[in-house]
Amino acid sequence: MEYMTVVRESEMSEVVLLIGTRKGVVVARSDQAGSDWRLRPLQLIMSEVYGVGIDTRGGRLRLFAGAANPHWGPTVVHSDDLGESWSETDAAPIAFPEDTEAALIRVWQIQAASDREPGVVYAGVEPHALFRSEDGGISFELVRGLFDHPHRPEWAPGNGGACLHTVLPHPTDPQRMLVALSAGGVYRTFDGGATWEAANSGIQAYWMPEEERFPEFGQCVHKLAQHPDHPERVYAQNHFGVYRSDDYGTSWHPIESGLPSTFGFTVLAHPGDPETAFIFPLQADSERMPPDRACRIYRTRDGGASWHPLGRGLPQSGYHSAVLRDGMCTDFGDPAGVYFGTRNGEVFATRDAGESWELVAEHLPDVLSVRAAVVA
Amino acid sequence: MTATVILPAVLRPAAGGLGRIPVEADSVGAALDQLAREWPLLERRLRDERGRLRQHVRLYLEADDISDLAGMATPLPEGSRLHVIPAVSGGC
Repeated sequence: MEYMTVVRESEMSEVVLLIGTRKGVVVARSDQAGSDWRLRPLQLIMSEVYGVGIDTRGGRLRLFAGAANPHWGPTVVHSDDLGESWSETDAAPIAFPEDTEAALIRVWQIQAASDREPGVVYAGVEPHALFRSEDGGISFELVRGLFDHPHRPEWAPGNGGACLHTVLPHPTDPQRMLVALSAGGVYRTFDGGATWEAANSGIQAYWMPEEERFPEFGQCVHKLAQHPDHPERVYAQNHFGVYRSDDYGTSWHPIESGLPSTFGFTVLAHPGDPETAFIFPLQADSERMPPDRACRIYRTRDGGASWHPLGRGLPQSGYHSAVLRDGMCTDFGDPAGVYFGTRNGEVFATRDAGESWELVAEHLPDVLSVRAAVVA
Repeated sequence: MTATVILPAVLRPAAGGLGRIPVEADSVGAALDQLAREWPLLERRLRDERGRLRQHVRLYLEADDISDLAGMATPLPEGSRLHVIPAVSGGC
């Protein structure tokens, strides 16, 4: 089989954008300028695709989709031919061992590990658990160190479910990893997943009585974003609260100046600049709609000291949609493309760090997840 | 006992294209256990890893929903037909 080669700078390269929706998955491709998007028809029809992934390590180009059919249950499928076909093993790629008495509900996150572990792929799932694959994402095993954590019985489900929704393998140290779950908070390992510790110091659980608002765990973290070249720098979007850590989650500090609301689901670090990040604020959790009913990404270029709205090319009135926690991504190109999908079934892209946006797709089912990569 | 599991069209690719699968089983649960050995991809569309029937899957022994009979312990008479039915449910 001839694999495509991943490059970061090439006039001949193209962008692959994988869009997970409430009723299937779409593969979109464009030249790197983003001027000519070609979309495959919706695939995996009637499956909710909460998590998508693209593995570009070692000359591979493998697409993943965590697909949950309302009748026939959840699974993970992969494609090595850019979505021409999707495959899965006969045995369940992800299944809880019998002694856990648990059953897989959804796959929320599919994340390849660093180049130093070319066969390792992680999956964050519902109910709260982390799975690890050592065969490139074909079959997975439960990470017992986290599942057996003494905090687990006290983790509560968020409104979307008891999901482990964020998996951030360290880009250079296979022993280190961050995960986040709703509602349990941030956890980290320094020994390859054998043991885990809560890493929520400074993150507020706003709904708790005042004297109990900074618990060890139980916070409702909606998404984490890590800068690939500065892994100590992590951004967090919480159920109320936007935070930054500069010490790999040891301590968190609010970064909310200039935001119309601190509620939202997604956060993304710009790979070209550790001081730049993006969020999509929503007005209060009782509304969960954009402030001023305008579709605006908020961007910081100073590590969260200030935030500014970006709306050029986006609907600026009468807008009621939202961006979910895995609804924003980058292609890690140079310059980096940034993409976000909405519950209206739109996907927008920027190649100038958000100064202007263009429509990639519209009228899709609700967009739940997006991932992109630049390939040759 | 020999019975026949009858699949909806959407599940036939998970059983090598078959629409009717003969099983040697004396109960519904034993029939699904046989499917797990012979057609594991099909079986996990019907049951989760705890062996529980998925929420929106219905199994009918002839004209009767097995949930109104003895569930997985429902006996399979010789020559009977076990229909796999996607429930009419789910929203949009």
